[in-house]
Amino acid sequence: MFPELNNLLNITPDRAEQGKLTLLCDAKTDGSFLVHHFLSFYLKANCKVCFVALIQSFSHYNIVGQKLGVSLTLARERGQLVFLEGLKSSADVFFQAHGEPHPLQFLREASPGNLQPLFEFVREALKPVDNGEAAWRCPVLLVDDLGLLLSLGVGAVAVLDFVHYCRATVCWELKGNMVVLVHDSGDAEDEENDILLHGLSHQSHLILRTEGLATGFCRDVHGQLRILWRRPSQPTAQRDRSLTYQYKIQDKNVSFFAKGMSPAVL
Amino acid sequence: MTPSGGARGETGHKSEMLDSLLGLGGLMLLRDSVEWEGRSLLKALIKKSALSGEQVHILGCEVSEEEFREGFDSDINNRLVYHDFFRDPLNWSKTGEALPGGPLEALTAMCKRTDPGPVTIALDSLSWLLLHLPCTTLCQSLHALSHQDSCPGDSSPVGQVRVLGLLHEELHGPGPVGALSSLAQTEVTLGGTMGQASAHILCRRPRQRPTHQTHWFCILPDFSVDLQEGPPVESQPHLDPHTSPVDSTTHLTFNLHLSKKEREARDSLTLPFQFSSEKQQALLRPGPGQATSHIFYEPDAYDDLDQEDPDDDLNI
Repeated sequence: MFPELNNLLNITPDRAEQGKLTLLCDAKTDGSFLVHHFLSFYLKANCKVCFVALIQSFSHYNIVGQKLGVSLTLARERGQLVFLEGLKSSADVFFQAHGEPHPLQFLREASPGNLQPLFEFVREALKPVDNGEAAWRCPVLLVDDLGLLLSLGVGAVAVLDFVHYCRATVCWELKGNMVVLVHDSGDAEDEENDILLHGLSHQSHLILRTEGLATGFCRDVHGQLRILWRRPSQPTAQRDRSLTYQYKIQDKNVSFFAKGMSPAVL
Repeated sequence: MTPSGGARGETGHKSEMLDSLLGLGGLMLLRDSVEWEGRSLLKALIKKSALSGEQVHILGCEVSEEEFREGFDSDINNRLVYHDFFRDPLNWSKTGEALPGGPLEALTAMCKRTDPGPVTIALDSLSWLLLHLPCTTLCQSLHALSHQDSCPGDSSPVGQVRVLGLLHEELHGPGPVGALSSLAQTEVTLGGTMGQASAHILCRRPRQRPTHQTHWFCILPDFSVDLQEGPPVESQPHLDPHTSPVDSTTHLTFNLHLSKKEREARDSLTLPFQFSSEKQQALLRPGPGQATSHIFYEPDAYDDLDQEDPDDDLNI
């Protein structure tokens, strides 16, 4: 996790908020460093994490996680991390014996179905264990990334329904958190992606939006991060609802600074 | 009209926006966006209706019941009937706990209620319903809901119904939004600038022209509305597109307009290629004053005028 980002969001692993949906979206840049941040953050906060990783392999996240100080292999063995590796398990859909529907069952269906098997998988993974003692703090669901489901033929409304059910179970019932990533293609013709992005924005409590710089690629400033807090618990006029920072990604850290205040420029 | 007499005791300034909104019955659309959310205003309207003694039904699809009731005191909460479609709207759990039939059944059931007295129905949100139901079905249900008092064959006096619908503008195309807009008696579009929220209110009263009004407001933690002055005019970065541009025809160094005499002279002018009867007569019979051209030719000594061979190239 990146300590500077924690300061900006005003959270620490000991004092994480609960029951929140965080939306990560990126436009013209790669915002996946935020996924690594939240993954390591919640593992360090001793939360039970269910990670639906559709984009990259387990070893990719593990390598980056080790740079940030967490071991995914160890977390998986301990039972703290439930990892659905989309790339590997998509082949299992075809070779699995008939029984429980596979979480990625929608890949086999000719007509666009719903994501209920995937939701059941998440609910099963995060349901509290009945041994009486709460081993982990609060359950967390991470998804990387939701836009891929659109490419695989699922409709935007079906994905929104999946997120709705996850929110009802993880955020409301289990008082946990959710972090999802969606790419903003900026393409005016991709209506499904727009519906998904806007629908998720309306459901989220916190939106972290990374954008490439308008002037193009820069060696010292990799992009801009816009933080938008929505649905504060008490509507007040004075609360800072939106902040913008620029950032630079380094090997093991990401440094944030106010716009135009990059150390390379000053 | 709606019995809002109970609210008249408050300072007129604070409640006039809510009063004007709640004065009209029928369907009210609250159009919000990601940056300017509308649920707080919806809750403020619900609080106002509940305080004036109306029954309030809420079709909750987007947030949990606890989150929706948060911020209301117990006497308001007792008047709210919350139909919970947040936990299991599509009946995935199949435990039978979910209300059967889904939100559409609940809507049609509300259409058929027979108890008298004014009632407010809040739809949170219309966007959720529009994404999951066909637009035509939803529009028909909304029309039936908001026009209950004109039901034929129903002898029991049914009170006025007010429907508040929260609509997230970015999620829908212009077609469905236009259809809902044509059903609505009032439309409130939320926006704002520089941290201050504004509501642009469009009222369609029967047999009158639609009225536009803009209020700058802020919602207090107890969901009452505080009207504010708008941001200072000179610091508004964008011009309102409805205001007319600066008149550029003032202070010119040349004359753009014609005087009366000049206009008459221009109108009586005949154009050179216009073929009128006068022109035709003038061409057929050249008058004495006409200037015609003459060619004067003095043949030289070497000129040979031969009518049979003017060009002198025939071998005659």
